[in-house]
Amino acid sequence: MGKTLFDKVWDSHVVSSIENGPQILYIDKHLIHEVTSPQAFNELEERGIPVFRPNQIVATADHNTPTLNQDQPIKDDLSRNQLEQLSENCKKNNITLYELGHKYNGIVHVMAPELGVTQPGLTMVCGDSHTSTHGAFGAIAFGIGTSQVAQVFASQCLLLTKPKSLRVTVNGKLKNGVLPKDVILYIISKLGTNSGTGYFCEYAGNVFEDMSMEGRMTVCNMSIEMGARGGMIAPDETTFNYVKGKEFAPKGDDFEKKVAYWKTLPTDDDATFDKEYSFDAEDIEPMITYGTNPGMGIKISESIPMDENLSFKKSLAYMNFEAGESLIDKPINFVFIGSCTNSRIEDFRVAADYIKGKKKAENVTAWLVPGSKQVEAQIIEEGLKTIFDEAGFELRQPGCSACLAMNDDKIPQGEYCVSTSNRNFEGRQGQGSRTILASPLVAAATAVEGKIIDISKQLN
Amino acid sequence: MEKFTTLQSRAIPLHIENVDTDQIIPARFLKATDRKGFGDNVFRDWRYHKDGTINTDFVLNDLTYSGTILVAGDNFGCGSSREHAAWAITDFGFKVVVSSFFADIFKGNALNNGLLPVQVSPAFLSDLMQKIVSKPETVLVVNLEKQTISVKDSELSENFEIDAYKKTCMINGYDDIDYLVNNKEQIEAFEAHKIY
Repeated sequence: MGKTLFDKVWDSHVVSSIENGPQILYIDKHLIHEVTSPQAFNELEERGIPVFRPNQIVATADHNTPTLNQDQPIKDDLSRNQLEQLSENCKKNNITLYELGHKYNGIVHVMAPELGVTQPGLTMVCGDSHTSTHGAFGAIAFGIGTSQVAQVFASQCLLLTKPKSLRVTVNGKLKNGVLPKDVILYIISKLGTNSGTGYFCEYAGNVFEDMSMEGRMTVCNMSIEMGARGGMIAPDETTFNYVKGKEFAPKGDDFEKKVAYWKTLPTDDDATFDKEYSFDAEDIEPMITYGTNPGMGIKISESIPMDENLSFKKSLAYMNFEAGESLIDKPINFVFIGSCTNSRIEDFRVAADYIKGKKKAENVTAWLVPGSKQVEAQIIEEGLKTIFDEAGFELRQPGCSACLAMNDDKIPQGEYCVSTSNRNFEGRQGQGSRTILASPLVAAATAVEGKIIDISKQLN
Repeated sequence: MEKFTTLQSRAIPLHIENVDTDQIIPARFLKATDRKGFGDNVFRDWRYHKDGTINTDFVLNDLTYSGTILVAGDNFGCGSSREHAAWAITDFGFKVVVSSFFADIFKGNALNNGLLPVQVSPAFLSDLMQKIVSKPETVLVVNLEKQTISVKDSELSENFEIDAYKKTCMINGYDDIDYLVNNKEQIEAFEAHKIY
């Protein structure tokens, strides 16, 4: 029987198997950041265990960093301490760190692919659930807890039971204005937030084949929002062209050899999956969420469904929405374009293309937060910053920012924020804040109009 | 890690589905660099109003209920991988979380911290919730060796699944680091002969 992409990468990384138990899985690349690593470093130190393979670890500061005045000392004591600990820990253990202000600094899931750290066929982990992003390259990449961060520090391995396999296929032609974010929000709205739990998901079909690497990363990023530990897309010419020439990508003959190997990775025709779903691209429209989990999404032109479930009602009460109502024309005061889901150059190009020649509505505070220093530089280089400035949008410095509001970028109590991030959980963007997830295009249009509009009507 | 064999305790019913780790411990409390003290802020925004006053409607503030077992709705622990969620729940004093479904990463984090996730059928969960709400002094018995969860002095009982390796770890208080570090030679041999 044939093997899936996931099988091929997983099986090649199994060091050994415990009888009736988990397997020892070898991890090629370990990404770390300031929030989920300090306790792991402490644990190793307390137990007197050295970091086993420091050259396979890459560190960045992203979760808890300010997006203004990054050249100045951080005011918040706890945040500053956390960043200082990261610097000290990396120095002590010979780990490469791209700290705040470094030209390669950025959100871990934006900067690692940009540097060519992310490559097909690798196993990658990070103490962050959106590590699934890197699956866009045909890597097995998933989020881990801090105890597991310590395990990888100690042994470059994890003890894991092989997840089941799931494939989501989308074929057809996407409508005008439907972006990768809409595709994944649509899938999650159909399958729910726990349909992928216990599974690794492969995305297949021409819709994903036709996507750029940025788009594929947006899709794989949100795999965890349907419960899947990771998502993957078969590597192809788009992948190889993206990786080629990147700082840490293999070079010359080495690269060609790797490409030859990477070409063997896609799922065999006769391979089978534990679960399969398929959707038609034509059915997908610009999406928006109305509730407090990413599965609570609708086409922007639809109304909020009716449901008697208590948790559903609690969720609508939190959002101050009514079952059966439409979100079109809802006034919105905050718009956030950023996060590891949508903060790559393509996302800002989409936004700038829509915004060009228009002005932000007066009631709106619009934050644009690039995913990395490289994206920030590109925004300036391509002249997008001028467009944003003229339209009244605020371009900030890179970081996770208002996606999880660990820093000062918080949405006030009771306010709605149309956000390109990945989670609309209660208070995710600040205590009492109400998040509406959408694509960068819908977010840009909301900022211009000061309210939610049916973007598909405007485009067609 | 603390050993876990059996536990008898009253339980606290948290009748909410899809409890995400942002609710268990909001991101603004993740700035600490050690593992202790997160219990003070567990379910912070449900336990307290924004002005800092106690939300008496929330079950953890309801003195009717007590105990070291948290019985929660479906899909518990979804969202962020933050292990701080498991630390916060254990630091608050819970030893067991019962639900009809757990998110993967939370489940793993719980097991790595001696917090036992007990997955039961939706019907059993519903019976359990009703039982606890109608009679808060209800005592639950969790036996890891036998993999059973039962209501004391009643017929209500169910078996639960747990990975055999993880069960051994919980009963003996072992963790994965010990195992991995002891297998370093094997790992080095793997590195020398990688096929990819």
